[in-house]
Amino acid sequence: MAELMTTTPERATQDDVNEEIAAIVKEYDAALADGAAPEVATRLDYPPYRSSLLRHPTKDLHHADPEGIELWAPVFGERDIDALEADLTIQHGGDPVGERIVVTGRVIDGDGRPVRGQLVEVWQANAAGRYIHKRDQHPAPVDPNFTGVGRCLTDDDGQYRFTTIKPGPYPWKNHLNAWRPAHVHFSLFGTEFTQRLVTQMYFPGDPLFALDPIYQSIVDPRARERLVATYDHDVTQHEWCTGYRWDIVLTGTHRTPVEEDE
Amino acid sequence: MKYPPTPGQTVGPFFHDALPYFGGSDLVPPGHPGRIHLHGTVFDGAGTPIPDALVEIWQADAGGSASRATGSLRRDGFTFTGFGRAATDGTGGYSFSTVAPGPIAPASAAFFSVCVFARGLLDRLLTRAYLPGDDASLAADPLLVSLPPERRSTLIAAPDAHGFVFDIRLQGEGETVFLWHGSR
Repeated sequence: MAELMTTTPERATQDDVNEEIAAIVKEYDAALADGAAPEVATRLDYPPYRSSLLRHPTKDLHHADPEGIELWAPVFGERDIDALEADLTIQHGGDPVGERIVVTGRVIDGDGRPVRGQLVEVWQANAAGRYIHKRDQHPAPVDPNFTGVGRCLTDDDGQYRFTTIKPGPYPWKNHLNAWRPAHVHFSLFGTEFTQRLVTQMYFPGDPLFALDPIYQSIVDPRARERLVATYDHDVTQHEWCTGYRWDIVLTGTHRTPVEEDE
Repeated sequence: MKYPPTPGQTVGPFFHDALPYFGGSDLVPPGHPGRIHLHGTVFDGAGTPIPDALVEIWQADAGGSASRATGSLRRDGFTFTGFGRAATDGTGGYSFSTVAPGPIAPASAAFFSVCVFARGLLDRLLTRAYLPGDDASLAADPLLVSLPPERRSTLIAAPDAHGFVFDIRLQGEGETVFLWHGSR
């Protein structure tokens, strides 16, 4: 896999990476103490994630007022997806192995308005921490009954809902003995293309959080905790599955509301 | 803004079974009037092509209107939805079959909105690929005017035999200008 480091001949250990992460936290805390505003976004330049070294812009993002097409978003509808795509456990001949879960929540914009009828896409590893992807070489079993890919549309209240299997953690090659916390990848659209978001949802209490440079690339703890779902017993179903709730907030909108926006 | 936004995370290396889809890069079918090829390569800071990036475009139709039609994921071959998605190939290349977007406002510069994802890229990047040729509109464009002259060219596609080439450089020499839109 191309995750192999090319910049240094010897691969860092987890301790090395922990030290790098701690140094960044220390610097951030000092900046906060000096009055800096808390960060809300993910850092693009985050050296503990080795693959980011050559893949982040070195210049600041350039501020632009959204114009023209940027003030609109693609429209998806019933024609684009099948209702069955929201259930990742029924895509094959048998039941996938693992802990059946429902993941549900609301997609809203920065003003709290529901994002209605919009596309939500997810993908994830199986219960053993293995992706169906041909480049995943982790020697954990592929599940013939689990592809780990789903889609749905939000409802009129902005709610999405997937039935799936709880993904396992898996090793990667960022450093020696590197493990990703269990997560589900999410892809979201808003009502303006500037709200486009791809992120990852994590599960509460994962012991790998502190060790993971991708999760830690959101340096502010309050900001990164926004990626952690909550166990919700009201979502859990009797003798069927456990339930998690995770709400998603897109950035604010710019377009002046018109009739089409209701 | 009342609610703090959910932060982004990298698309990672394993998106290929989930995000790309059949017909995703073909906004118009072969033979469509005005069909053009929009293509390019995504490069890292060492000038190496990135084979595991994903590029999305969102554009006005030839008349300058934003499509409100569904059907991007299951194209019918007749409806222009304005959205396309293409993973880069082993040479870092991406390719779309589409039409040139018209200007949304009279005398404004026409552009594709472009969103870039990649393994190693911790959050998505947004940029614009302007159509070349209309020098007066380009010279008056508020975004282009706000940029140092040497960086403007990173946002203007180059004409070729069948359409336009728009290379994306994440870092280093010729680094593409990426945008932050703030919020109201």
